[in-house]
Amino acid sequence: MKYPDFNQTISIDEVGVEERVSRLNKRSIKKDSKVQALKLALSMIDHTTLEGSDSPGKVIQLCKKARQPHPAIPDLPTVAAVCVYPRMVSVAKKELKGSGIHVASVATAFPSGQAPLSQRLDDTKFAVNEGADEIDMVISRGAFLNGEFQLVFDEIAAVKEACGDAHLKVILETGELHTYENVRKASDIAMHAGADFIKTSTGKVSPAATQPVTLVMLEAIRDHYYETGKMIGMKPAGGIRTAKQAIQYLVLVKETLGAAWLNKDYFRFGASSLTNDLLMQIVKQQTGHYQSLNYFSND
Amino acid sequence: MAEERIDVKKTYKMYIGGDFPRSESGRTYKALDSDGNLLANACQGSRKDFRDAVKIARGAFGGWSSRSAYNRGQILYRIAEMLEDRRDQFMKELGPIGFKTAEAEADINAAIDRCIYYAGWTDKYQQVFGSINPVASSHFNFSMLEPTGVVAAFAPEKSPLLGLVSVIAPIIAGGNTCVVLASEKYPLPAISFAEVLNSSDVPGGVVNILTGFREELAEHFSTHMDVNAMCYTDNLPQEMKKLIDENASLNVKRIVKHPVEDWYDEEVQSPYFVTDFQETKTTWHPVGF
Repeated sequence: MKYPDFNQTISIDEVGVEERVSRLNKRSIKKDSKVQALKLALSMIDHTTLEGSDSPGKVIQLCKKARQPHPAIPDLPTVAAVCVYPRMVSVAKKELKGSGIHVASVATAFPSGQAPLSQRLDDTKFAVNEGADEIDMVISRGAFLNGEFQLVFDEIAAVKEACGDAHLKVILETGELHTYENVRKASDIAMHAGADFIKTSTGKVSPAATQPVTLVMLEAIRDHYYETGKMIGMKPAGGIRTAKQAIQYLVLVKETLGAAWLNKDYFRFGASSLTNDLLMQIVKQQTGHYQSLNYFSND
Repeated sequence: MAEERIDVKKTYKMYIGGDFPRSESGRTYKALDSDGNLLANACQGSRKDFRDAVKIARGAFGGWSSRSAYNRGQILYRIAEMLEDRRDQFMKELGPIGFKTAEAEADINAAIDRCIYYAGWTDKYQQVFGSINPVASSHFNFSMLEPTGVVAAFAPEKSPLLGLVSVIAPIIAGGNTCVVLASEKYPLPAISFAEVLNSSDVPGGVVNILTGFREELAEHFSTHMDVNAMCYTDNLPQEMKKLIDENASLNVKRIVKHPVEDWYDEEVQSPYFVTDFQETKTTWHPVGF
């Protein structure tokens, strides 16, 4: 297969991207369409906990919430996956057995990626052996910014190989890439190197996911699809806390990639507090009353 | 030759989270003087404005309720100072809506004094109303008051300054945050009072003031699940009272109704108006050796 020359830069119209995002944000999604969008967004969540303080207890609680987001409404969709550190994969796997919910694990010395490649690969293999269905890796941003694009490409390819059957999401950490051109380039490298998903951020760096960055990545996915016929998924992560934001993201996806991407196989939200806000909005739509977090379980 | 100068008029907007936004709905209504002449356009707040205000009030609750009681007292005192400083502004606003000069002066004086009154109570009501209870085992048993949370209130219709201040002060003195709907007919002094709050070290979001119609907002004030208490002092239409009472049952919202005719009455300032918006927490603690 022939790869593009990554030293070439595809220029991005910054003003154009931001204008388009702000225009799409003005879409008004109401009533039935809104309920549908809220439930769709709920089904696309990678329900996440990535804290130093994570314990099996906390992960079990998270998994319970993933299986049944709000007991008062039993027919809600479950979230798409639970996303944890490698050490917690086996706990989550056991807890989610039979639910169809995937276990995703961050790996490759998340969030910095600053470990020797061999260790990052071991990290990945460990998570896969523990039962992870999806691996969220980080790229070497230092190397990328240094212009070592081939190295970044090779590392992603190596991790992909270590993943085996597990799906690979590649975190670009766009908050450290400085320009939209870099975001576009990193997206292209990741997709050509074997990513199944490209993902904006670790959630540990500010800014995390933004809509303009997401649009740039979505357009990269679209161009990649035209070029190769391969559909790559997209996962914005970090900073998406409200149902309103989530619906705005869905509009971006629909307008850029079309309905084929509007499902959990091709689009995910990496989030923790988004779940409850979606639930509150769903209940609001059902009852007509604004809700309080007091009546929704934590995590 | 000097040209005739065109007055620069104030735009009266609402007060939410320490900012002065217009209604998200873009609607306004006419605020008239007592002769029916247009004074200004006021914002006609919507349910979404209310929702935004509650969200912000909830966000401000943690910080405000954990301030020391002494500091809340300082801040209430500061409101009084600022109000004193802006006397002329309120004189100008109360005049056209039917207050004679002496009445307006008395109203402002009483409003300032009321802030001072509740400033004094902030670090005392706990001492008076908290208790150590006798129990028949070797435990200490304490009852302490804690603020209930976010309070929604209808400010009195006929007392646009003193009444408003009298409703807000005991709520915030006890560490609650609030969303208040100003007098429907005379909304302007409430917005000027918001300017006072904004320059008085009151953190943004502790007091939020909307202008608009009770008829439209009563449903949302009473149904919102994140509002812990609701308060009004006017004699509302029977139907509205019923609506509020029924809706409040959704989350067992505390409904505080104090019918007040005369805002100068000694009876309308009381530490019990602080305790109206407090929950009692009782703690058992084993007696040590």
